[in-house]
Amino acid sequence: MYKQITITGFGGQGVVLAGRIVGQAAAIGDSLESTLVQSYGPESRGGACSAQVTIADGPIYFPYIQNPDILVCMSQSGYDKQYPSLKKEGVLIVEQDLVKPTDGRDHFAIPCTRFAEELGNKMMANIIMVGFLAAITEAVSLDAARATVAESVPKGTVEKNLKAFDRGWEFAQATLKGRRHKAAGQIGVVA
Amino acid sequence: MTGDEACAEGALAAGCRFFGGYPITPATEIAEHMSERLPGVGGTFIQMEDEIAAMASVLGAAWAGQKSMTATSGPGFSLMMENIGLAACTETPCVVVNVQRAGPSTGLPTMGAQADMMQVRWGSHGDYEIIALAPCSAQEIFYQTITAFNLSERYRTPVFIMTDEIIGHMSEKVVIPPADQIRAEDRPKPQGRKDRFLLYKPGPNGVAPMPAAGDGYNVHVTGLTHDEKGYPVMSIEAQEQMMTRIKNKILNNLDDIIITEDHHLEDAEIVIVSYGISARTSMAAMQQARAMGWKVGFLRLVTVWPFAERQIRALAERVKAFVTVEINLGQIHLEVTRAAAGKAACHLVGHHGGAIISPDKVLAAIEEVL
Repeated sequence: MYKQITITGFGGQGVVLAGRIVGQAAAIGDSLESTLVQSYGPESRGGACSAQVTIADGPIYFPYIQNPDILVCMSQSGYDKQYPSLKKEGVLIVEQDLVKPTDGRDHFAIPCTRFAEELGNKMMANIIMVGFLAAITEAVSLDAARATVAESVPKGTVEKNLKAFDRGWEFAQATLKGRRHKAAGQIGVVA
Repeated sequence: MTGDEACAEGALAAGCRFFGGYPITPATEIAEHMSERLPGVGGTFIQMEDEIAAMASVLGAAWAGQKSMTATSGPGFSLMMENIGLAACTETPCVVVNVQRAGPSTGLPTMGAQADMMQVRWGSHGDYEIIALAPCSAQEIFYQTITAFNLSERYRTPVFIMTDEIIGHMSEKVVIPPADQIRAEDRPKPQGRKDRFLLYKPGPNGVAPMPAAGDGYNVHVTGLTHDEKGYPVMSIEAQEQMMTRIKNKILNNLDDIIITEDHHLEDAEIVIVSYGISARTSMAAMQQARAMGWKVGFLRLVTVWPFAERQIRALAERVKAFVTVEINLGQIHLEVTRAAAGKAACHLVGHHGGAIISPDKVLAAIEEVL
């Protein structure tokens, strides 16, 4: 198993924290190996940034990702820059309200910033995205991801963040269910 | 955890109880972590006014009997050079971490390089020996930081950990073993009559036992050429005696100090030589090369200084070429070339700094040599 995940967005969206949670969940919760490298500019807010997470069941030598298996885009500029590198059979996940994919490629979308605002804090968009990513891709297990979220967020916000994680997870389950029905030719049928 | 955090944890596990530093990207996280952790284990953290003072504080703490360290990057490393020379001359055990970034001068603060490899060897004036280690993962940074302290205590010398922005900031799994499985060495302490004590009289391995100031021994520490008592003596003979001791305690113990790692050297026609983050590029390249049936081996320098000259010289007798991979424009490559002494071709896969070298580049270089 060798999975390469790139998460892009702009500084302040919690892109690096999202990557850290995914990597840590895989390494500690799921007993795999993982590496996280990040790139960002000198500005702490607003500049383009990305997190590159590799998860494997053996040693990881080269930690940088040229062609990700999974690409998560939290911003249009991140999408524009990274989309061409995504593997042909790779999975594309976007922030539905912030990214408009420029071709007709199949992808998964979640309005995680809007959901976070509904939950009372738009800073939690990244955690919602982690929940969504975990459910869609199964790159990390539910238990490992949830436990890592609880460990990674400031004390006093654990409950809220777990709620955010679950919001992403549940939205993914609904999305996947919808797709299964669609695949079975049951368009429009509510299960 | 990140490589920087692993470094701080390794230092604490080794028994380091003093950190004197000045923040600089990409080494700041080591200072941050030490400032959080040291008070809890009875240690001291001081942020000094600059790197010159930081290095001075590290020496002072060492002479007060503590295992001490600092961490910096290029510009700070340059400022530390004067007191690093003082550490070499006064045979002061201490550990200095250089999380390398691209230079010269301010360079690219947030981007990695490996271009201080010659500076660490020769950065301070005069002739001396130092030890420098170049770990390649967070886990190895943890263990090599312990090794660095052990070597510095055993040989009474500054020991350097040469990491870089990439592994310093990269997060990976680190397993910290139980304390009873970690071997932390302490400097040999003097024994016998205090009035007959000589501060620089070598023990069996060429290294003089070292008391702390306040132990009751006569401790005179100077950067002037000194005799075995530690007193300044302005003579050619004293200079020769001091220099011989400083050089030989390292040069006569190379087998104990030099750590290398061999991969597929048995039948290799081409040997990649690398260290630190570039070793990971090299491992990936070597595996791809082997998968294509190319006879490529890899010699990883865990200890970069003193240089693994004997190993290179022996390999040069039977291999076709060396390919040195490093994020600079040819520093250790020159050492490999010197040690190979014309018996094998020597190629460099280098980089101006600011990015990791991709395995493709190494493969392309190997293909050309094949």
